[in-house]
Amino acid sequence: MMRLERRTHVPLYLVVIAPLAAIFIALLLAAGLIAAAGVNPLTAYGEMLTGALGSRLSITEMLTRATPLIFTGLAAAVAFRARLWNIGGEGQFFVGALVTAWIGHSLGVPGWIGIPLLMLAGMAAGAALLAGPAYLRLRFGVDEVVTTLLLNFIVILFVGLMIEGPMRDPLAFGWPSSVPVDGDFRLPDLIPRTRLHIGLLFAIAAAGAVWLILARTVFGAETRAAGLNASAAAFAGISLPRTIMGVALLSGALAGLAGSVEVMGVTAGVTTTMSPGFGYAGIVVAMLAALHPAGVVAAAVFVATVFVGADAMSRATGVPSFIADVIVALCLLTMIVALLFTTYRVRR
Amino acid sequence: MSDAIDLLLNTSLWASVLRIATPLIFGVLGALLCERSGVLNLGIEGIMTMGAMSGWLAVYMGAPLLVGLMIAALCGAAMGLLHAMLTVPLGLSQHVSGLGITLFASALAYYLYRLLVEVGDLPPTIEAFQPLNVPGLSDIPILGPILFSQALPTYLALFAVAAMAYVLARTPLGLAIRMTGENPHAVEAQGLNPIRIRIGAVVAGSALMAVGGAFLTTTAFNSFFPGMVQGRGWICIALVVFASWRPGKALIGAVLFSFFDAYQLRLQTAIEGVPYQLFLMAPYVLSIVALVLVARRAEVPAALMAPYRRGER
Repeated sequence: MMRLERRTHVPLYLVVIAPLAAIFIALLLAAGLIAAAGVNPLTAYGEMLTGALGSRLSITEMLTRATPLIFTGLAAAVAFRARLWNIGGEGQFFVGALVTAWIGHSLGVPGWIGIPLLMLAGMAAGAALLAGPAYLRLRFGVDEVVTTLLLNFIVILFVGLMIEGPMRDPLAFGWPSSVPVDGDFRLPDLIPRTRLHIGLLFAIAAAGAVWLILARTVFGAETRAAGLNASAAAFAGISLPRTIMGVALLSGALAGLAGSVEVMGVTAGVTTTMSPGFGYAGIVVAMLAALHPAGVVAAAVFVATVFVGADAMSRATGVPSFIADVIVALCLLTMIVALLFTTYRVRR
Repeated sequence: MSDAIDLLLNTSLWASVLRIATPLIFGVLGALLCERSGVLNLGIEGIMTMGAMSGWLAVYMGAPLLVGLMIAALCGAAMGLLHAMLTVPLGLSQHVSGLGITLFASALAYYLYRLLVEVGDLPPTIEAFQPLNVPGLSDIPILGPILFSQALPTYLALFAVAAMAYVLARTPLGLAIRMTGENPHAVEAQGLNPIRIRIGAVVAGSALMAVGGAFLTTTAFNSFFPGMVQGRGWICIALVVFASWRPGKALIGAVLFSFFDAYQLRLQTAIEGVPYQLFLMAPYVLSIVALVLVARRAEVPAALMAPYRRGER
């Protein structure tokens, strides 16, 4: 009879190997599905790598895609650490984007004042959206998983309402789009003549800031305590409601910032299709990173590589690009199993 | 405004309520069964998507409609088994595993659909379930078309409610499932295996969810397209709480919800000048409100979301 026994000490090599092993096994499993499409999996993975990392342009595209994923990954990591199940990253992304476009369209200040202001506005919108479910959990005991998930649908409908109504861009043709942010508030390019913008640096800075908050402040220690053992934390005199609400505001703000930066850096206006599931993919990013802020940056780059690479691979080989979603989802499942073996060991 | 009231008296509104409720009834029963045994199954949204795709695909490839439903159930059960293995013997976070299952099952469904089906300008269609008139009863004025002119899966859903209520409340198996959700250690002391009971409940519950998804592609519509489950799985998770984990109340919840959904659909065309998105939001807002109203007196299964490890508390 095998049984699991909690490790008293987690060796560092396991922390590094776990995500790599998880990704390897996920790619192995997805290879079966690629083979089913009549394509050699090695050829397909080769196309994916060159598609995402093969040229300067493709690398900048991949990093452009990774930028919002770093933010939403951080949002999920911060929340999950405290066992606040924020599945509403997608909705918070959209309110952040919407508020940024709304204010940024007609704000009459110079760019260097306006850009930080708009980022703050996006953060406030995301934080406010998650504060609702957090309040409902603390006050009435309503499970935040369901409320944050349902809010995603409500927000997307609201975005549709705004961009077809009050915020409609009269100059946009085809699909409805919101009015764009003023040119002064477009984020400067990081590399000229590519879509990569300085938002990437903001995202990396955010990861550093979150790491500092979690590792070096009292609030960070309180969130960890709340996540590990809520009743013990309460017994130690930590105010659980205050901690949970603080986590909610931070997590929502990060996801809102993702939307804000995406609008100022890439899309200028808001459309209902501007996110290919950044909020949901952020959950995978956070788990692959084992909820660690530094790991989030690496995991976001990996997930972005899969998505950008899969598009190129699909064009070259005809394998449906949904394989990217399959790979990413498989990574999440293999990663949680891998994490189990870093915290437990198998005993006979 | 009088239009809005006229709509309420329209038989076709009431006839559509049970039709809209059918996928929710299957889904909520499935979620309820999982949770009664102590396992939250957030894989539901993906499992319904998988059921919608696989059931449709089977019929598209020549299987009879009922066989399509069975294939959907099998595919759902397979996804449920995966969730069960991760959360019950391994004791992983039910939240994270469930979300992983939802992402995986929907991605796999879309991938296989694109791989196996030639999609032109319009998605290909199948011959869907048709309304089944119960002889004699369907001719009753008003009640006939509302209750007795539904498609076969709707009657199956109503039967499933009765069967679930009976099994849970009146059989040794039902008692074991409920006890596993309340106190798995007591189940172990009775000489039963809580691990097996949980795996079984999650597999069976997931099969029911998938049949709910298959209703969308084999009855409500006759084709499959990405995003068609549209949060119905999450609504079911909310309905389970609303129903205090009881099958009869779950039926009432699903019907109530569907009534509002059917009504808002008709109001969209009857009332002009209001953006249609506001009507579409109503069911989601309503679900949140319902959750808040019942949260205080919810009788949550005591061991819900608590992994069971032998000899560990």
